[in-house]
Amino acid sequence: MKGTNLGEFEELVLLTIAGLVSDAYSVAICDELEKYTGRSVKLGVVHAVLNRLEEKGLVKSKMGEATSVRGGKRKRYYSVTSAGKASMLKAKELRDQLWSLIPQVALKRIS
Amino acid sequence: MNKENDPRPPRWAERLLGWYCKPALLEDLQGDLHEFFLRNCKSKGVRVARLTYVIDVLKFFRLYTIRKPEFLNLLIHWIMLGSYIKTSGRSIVRNKLFSAINIIGLSISMSVGLLVIAMISDLLSYDRFHANGERIFRVNTHHTDHLNRKLDLASTSVATGKKIQENFTGVEAATVLRRGFAGDAWFGDNVLSVEGLWADHRFFDIFSFDILHGDGRTALDNPYSLVLTETSARKLFGESDVVGKTMKLFSSSDTSDYTVTAVLRDVPKFSHIQFEAIGSFTTKEIIEKDNAGFGGWESVWMNYVYVLLPENGSLSAIQESLDKLCAEQNKTVERKSIALSLQSINDIAMGPDLSNPIGPTIMNIVIYVLAGLAFIVILSACFNYTNLSIARSLRRSKEVGIRKVIGAHRSHVAWQFITESVIISVAALVFAFGIFMFLRPQFLNLAPDFLKIVQLDLSGPVVAYFLLFAIFVGIVAGILPALFFARINAIQVLKNATAVKVFRKVTLRKALIVVQYTVSLMFIASTLIGFKQYKHFLAFDLGFTTANVLNIKLQRNKADVVMKKLSEIKDIEMMSRSQMVTSVGSYWGAHMRYSDPNDSINVWYNTIDENYLPLHGHKLIAGRNFTPKVSTHEESEVIVNEQVLKALNIAGHDAQKAIGEVVTLEKKKLQIVGVMKDFHYGKVDSSIEPVIFRYSNEPDGFINAKVLSDDLPATLDAIERKWKKVDRVHPLSATFYDDQIEEAYSQFSVMSKVIGFLAFLAVVISSIGLFGMVVFTTETRLKEISIRKVLGASEGVLIFVLSRGFLLLLLTAGVIALPLTYLFFEKVVLSEIVYHAPISVFDMIAAVMIILVVALMMIGSQTLKAAKTNPAQVLKAE
Repeated sequence: MKGTNLGEFEELVLLTIAGLVSDAYSVAICDELEKYTGRSVKLGVVHAVLNRLEEKGLVKSKMGEATSVRGGKRKRYYSVTSAGKASMLKAKELRDQLWSLIPQVALKRIS
Repeated sequence: MNKENDPRPPRWAERLLGWYCKPALLEDLQGDLHEFFLRNCKSKGVRVARLTYVIDVLKFFRLYTIRKPEFLNLLIHWIMLGSYIKTSGRSIVRNKLFSAINIIGLSISMSVGLLVIAMISDLLSYDRFHANGERIFRVNTHHTDHLNRKLDLASTSVATGKKIQENFTGVEAATVLRRGFAGDAWFGDNVLSVEGLWADHRFFDIFSFDILHGDGRTALDNPYSLVLTETSARKLFGESDVVGKTMKLFSSSDTSDYTVTAVLRDVPKFSHIQFEAIGSFTTKEIIEKDNAGFGGWESVWMNYVYVLLPENGSLSAIQESLDKLCAEQNKTVERKSIALSLQSINDIAMGPDLSNPIGPTIMNIVIYVLAGLAFIVILSACFNYTNLSIARSLRRSKEVGIRKVIGAHRSHVAWQFITESVIISVAALVFAFGIFMFLRPQFLNLAPDFLKIVQLDLSGPVVAYFLLFAIFVGIVAGILPALFFARINAIQVLKNATAVKVFRKVTLRKALIVVQYTVSLMFIASTLIGFKQYKHFLAFDLGFTTANVLNIKLQRNKADVVMKKLSEIKDIEMMSRSQMVTSVGSYWGAHMRYSDPNDSINVWYNTIDENYLPLHGHKLIAGRNFTPKVSTHEESEVIVNEQVLKALNIAGHDAQKAIGEVVTLEKKKLQIVGVMKDFHYGKVDSSIEPVIFRYSNEPDGFINAKVLSDDLPATLDAIERKWKKVDRVHPLSATFYDDQIEEAYSQFSVMSKVIGFLAFLAVVISSIGLFGMVVFTTETRLKEISIRKVLGASEGVLIFVLSRGFLLLLLTAGVIALPLTYLFFEKVVLSEIVYHAPISVFDMIAAVMIILVVALMMIGSQTLKAAKTNPAQVLKAE
């Protein structure tokens, strides 16, 4: 977990933030993840990961406008930083590379 | 969803979140949780949503969300500490009455707390001297008999120990101990009565008793080897290095020469295993070689097995093997089952209540109850502090206001008041310590067991615990006043001092007083009921007479010889012999059969001679007493009680017809020659069970002597002189039957003494608290009283007006306390005791009267003083 290496869940969160573009705040991220992964995602876990990503400098955040919902509390919107983008790309690259190493035959044999 | 019915998360949870969360994260988090809350409200309902909210708030308490303590704030606390101490000191000195009440209350309640701390500390230091203590476990037995009665034992069978030694993997060592090594050791002309254990050769592989001389590894290998402690070696041989010397041991089962193979440093006080000597287990095996039951799976009453786990050994693996062993072995026994479990050696001294303990233990429940009661009394003293501080807040609020104007934070004010209460409680600790030193010997002498088990000595850690305890008590006492003062609004206070809503806290204060008095009342009522119960037991008609009967322990002397000597004393009117003493909690059991060979019952028995029944006044319903027989006579007769007829259905329960029937006992055919009236063989708290008397003309337990004497000390002296002529080794052990009964019920007397003492403390504390409140109220209402007086109120009316409120509180406490106490005793305590005294309303009323009288004296004296003041003196100042 040290350095810029991404954990599996961290990567998912990062991707979701990028996907949600300007609407990426904690509850929305939670819902989105739940929708795509199909497993129940706890708010506490998402919060912890967001906090960690921000500490690593992979995302940045700013407070939104106050609204009447949410008990009048502002939302914190997240966006991916360039460092975040770099590590996302790096992760994808690594995967693609590994995928390309697998011979077609080998995959077929696994049923 | 309209505005009014808008569901809201619990306020306290919101506040908690605000309190611990970093400001940077707080708003976002609050918002998120709120959003989820609203969502849950719709899908799962408001209640579930609120609960989830609370759980989520608690779950978010993580390292990254917690607010870091602000360094500056801490620094200010540190700098201001001097000021806090100074102002606290001044305030303590200025309000002498207030400080005295608090210090007295706290110190007497804390002294009990110190006692409990010292006791727990003693119990926790048990068995810590074993080098491998963390890895030593004892095998306990859970025995279920054919009537499905369960018994938890500290002992187990020899078979268990042998099986573990032979077959178990994952055990580094196991040793078998056995109770009952006792006898008189002779060396030349020196004689010493020693008591100890039998133990096998692995004993020293497990336990870390210091070996002074000899080799522990081989000391217990051979038969007739003996390990002595230093003290007993010195007593017997006059020196400690006695390895290789031989001595003769006379015990009830044999007489042999033993060779000393090792000498140990004396057993530490805080060891649950105590002994003066250890005989090698191989010796016992030789002695018992004809006893088939000795190594049997069922004989779980006398032996103890301890195992040593290897480093990183698995407890559950051994438990599994034990379960397997039990499943296997239980097939060999009929109608009973045995289960085994492991108990860490560190949990033995303060563990659950087990039968057949190897040494004295204190049940953990006793400690919990004692600690709980002490806690209640301490809490009561803390209430006094809280009450009086808040009541007096009017006078301190200006100080708080100025502090706040100058820049004090809420937390600073709170800390100031906490500091003050801690100072008071540490001052109280000094006095509490004095009381503790006074209480210590009283407490130790309360029950003989306490003295054996605990010392209550002071050591470094204990004193440190005391100090921590005092600080804790200070914080508990000061927390409510501190929060109260911290919330004072500076502007309001400085503008107009009376604006502080002191009396907004009136309900809290009233509630605290009611709680205090409820507790005091319950204590007093419990004491009265408990004491009455104890007296009831002592005066209980057992079904025979115990007056003037002196039970003399024979201690392996020939009964004939002793009786012959004693018969020379003319004050001894009559003598009989018996194997044991009934009605004091000892039981001797056997199985008895009647016509149906498969239906056996458990009977309790005593073996007696022909003089026993007349001497004790046992009443025969039918048949006759035993007739004297010669000692070689085969046992042939038995006297039974009515319960036996019922249990075995003999002769249609008709006593007359039962005479002459034959029963089987331990494979002997015995004829019923008499039926006696039921009497209490056991203690009065259990019901009467089948009991029989067997005959022997020389039972070897006790001589029961009926003493009729005008000069008791002289008679006892004479008995002692005669005894010395027969037995010069053992001191005379003779106790009056009535005293033995008193001792058998000593737990009740100890209980009522302890609770009585706590009741006394609770009453004193709540009374001085009440006194403080009354003084305060009358002082603040002095002007009101004066005006009432000017307008024509009489003193009587004034006293009524002033004390009405307090009396109402006391009555409320009474209404709560009495039914609670009644139910507690009726349903919980006394329902366990079969023959208990009824709870009388008189006791309850007496408890209320005691409280009322004390309280009225407090209230009356102060209100009278206020009512008698000259109104002109008070009013002229305005």
